[in-house]
Amino acid sequence: MATGTPHGEISGIPHDAYEPKSKAEKWLESRLPILGLLHSTLTIPTPKNLNWMWIWGIVLFFSLILQIVTGIVLVMHYTPNTELAFASVEHIMRDVNGGWAFRYVHMNGAHLFFLAVYAHIFRNLYYGSYKYPREVTWIIGMLIYLLMMATAFMGYVLPWGQMSFWGATVITGLFGAVPLIGDSLQTWLLGGPAVDNATLTRFFSLHYLLPFTILGLAILHVWAFHHTGNNNPTGVEVRRESKEVAERDTLPFWPYFVMKDLYALAFILVIFAMIVGFMPNYLGHADNYIEADPLVTPSHIVPEWYFLPFYAILRAITFDFLFIRADFGGVLAMFGAIVVMGLAPWLDTSRVRSGRYRPTFKIFFWLLVLSFFVLMWGGAMPAEQPYVAIIQVATIYWFAYFLVVLPVLGLVEKPLPEPATIEEDFLSKNPDANKAAMKPAE
Amino acid sequence: MTIRKTILSAAVALGLAAGLAPAAQAAEPGEVTDFRFSFEGPFGRFDQAQLQRGLQVYTEVCAACHGLQHVAFRNLSDPGGPALPDDQMRAYARQFEVQDRITGEWRPAEPTDHFPMSQLEGAPDLSLMAKARVGFHGPYGSGINQLFRGLGGAEYIASFLLKYTGVESEQAGVILYENAAYGGYVSMPPVLFGDDVVYADGTEATMEQVALDVSAFLMWTAEPKMMARKEAGLTAVLFLILLTALLYFTNKKLWAKAKGKGEKAL
Repeated sequence: MATGTPHGEISGIPHDAYEPKSKAEKWLESRLPILGLLHSTLTIPTPKNLNWMWIWGIVLFFSLILQIVTGIVLVMHYTPNTELAFASVEHIMRDVNGGWAFRYVHMNGAHLFFLAVYAHIFRNLYYGSYKYPREVTWIIGMLIYLLMMATAFMGYVLPWGQMSFWGATVITGLFGAVPLIGDSLQTWLLGGPAVDNATLTRFFSLHYLLPFTILGLAILHVWAFHHTGNNNPTGVEVRRESKEVAERDTLPFWPYFVMKDLYALAFILVIFAMIVGFMPNYLGHADNYIEADPLVTPSHIVPEWYFLPFYAILRAITFDFLFIRADFGGVLAMFGAIVVMGLAPWLDTSRVRSGRYRPTFKIFFWLLVLSFFVLMWGGAMPAEQPYVAIIQVATIYWFAYFLVVLPVLGLVEKPLPEPATIEEDFLSKNPDANKAAMKPAE
Repeated sequence: MTIRKTILSAAVALGLAAGLAPAAQAAEPGEVTDFRFSFEGPFGRFDQAQLQRGLQVYTEVCAACHGLQHVAFRNLSDPGGPALPDDQMRAYARQFEVQDRITGEWRPAEPTDHFPMSQLEGAPDLSLMAKARVGFHGPYGSGINQLFRGLGGAEYIASFLLKYTGVESEQAGVILYENAAYGGYVSMPPVLFGDDVVYADGTEATMEQVALDVSAFLMWTAEPKMMARKEAGLTAVLFLILLTALLYFTNKKLWAKAKGKGEKAL
């Protein structure tokens, strides 16, 4: 950060630098420039035209902090032992002051977190936010998403209900499908031949650790896109010739976007509070109120909704392929589905960032969203026809979107004209804004 | 415009959630009657007299086989539950013999002790039964009805107690009983025949009355903080609606100048 010059630069967008005013500020800033860092983070020039799909980042940050705070309190009362875990959760629900609230908020907080992350991911896919120069932001985001899934999976095991136990048995069983080293790998992960106390204690340890790793990555994620600047619904970059020009495309994050995001967050929390207050078990599975019993297998073992699309892809591979057995093929397909999504920046050949100006792309994008929901639905259905055929079609589409549509469409599609500037887009939606800008300052 | 979009996003979010609920609760019960309970819906409250009657049914009918291991005797005096007076709760606890955790001796139970575990091998503990069963998933499998009718666990228990068909079947020397609520044969014999208890408050002990009372009681054992939760939930929802409204106007006013709407925005 070029302090001392009148126009310090963040993200290459010309912008006022932080000037310490009081003696105390000057004292601290000359020793550790943390105030400048906070100032530039909060006042980053942000495209004026961001729409409501740009609120999920705040919801995600809120969810992460909510999960960490409620989780820390739950840990104070939870006992990671197969004999005691289930009863300790009931102890939290019954005897700990406000324990039921911490537990239900934590439980439903996971659902909010995933709802937000999927909205956020599909926002990026639609507006091409993953493209140059934001590939690193995208990759960090994908890593966060993977860690979220690992964390949620291990957290679900901790109450030691029937679905905890059997979910853990099924999912860790996937690693047993790896050729040659499968059995050893599974034993190493579980800490023994089957899901047992050693599994519970290591999942507990990692469930506490990973959220802080996510927090670290989330900070890198924000750093990365603060360096490149936000994308926006047009995909057109902020003009950077001068501070005055940049200000015609942007508004400072504080207070404009902070207020907008808080408004959206409060609205989402109304619905969240209704679910926690009036139907906290709505998204859970009733079987998890039965203590784990290795001798009784539940009739349906169904993962939480946020795993279902990829669980469906796992189950779509019902056939051996060359020397790859069906079960290992399923594991490869499941991880592959996330890998191809992570490679989107390099698979997408279109030079137009935003899907808004790509009419054919739009159709394929909404089909991707549809295939996501079909997979989510199909993942919960029994492994029989016609469900298997349906999820196989949706799986093929998922891969085809990333491996065929994105590379080919960018070359053959004729995009619509993009607006020249963000200001132009903003003015088209807010025609009065121009008059205000023309008026001399009063 | 902005509100419409916000509502739209919320609808999408809810729709997403709704699509998932049937997935989350795939277990298929048989015929479950949607009985009305006082504790359903956002404003639902337990009926204290009903919980006390249900406690009596549990004690006289269920407790011979089924335990309530997660419930402490002191909980019977908690507000929002059967709320027995302290002396009654202590007298109730003393009927049960428990093994002392420190001395290992059998002694009458204290308020801090928990109800015993199931006495009959294979009989499930009932503490959480009302949450471990889901009665219905409507409408259209979305499960949104829960908001007004609850999970249906209490309905499931009541239906289970009332819907024995009378058909028996012997399998491997064990007699099984057909139950329409379960949708198959169960090992538990019918336990209600009418006038199974004599209620202290004079309520007529019809089969249905007894089944509903004990189901309400078991909903309380499964979710003893339900009333506190709904009250807190309502406070939170009202507060957040107010906060959302304030933030809406703050945001609108803040952006008015940038959007050229000047003073007329508010």
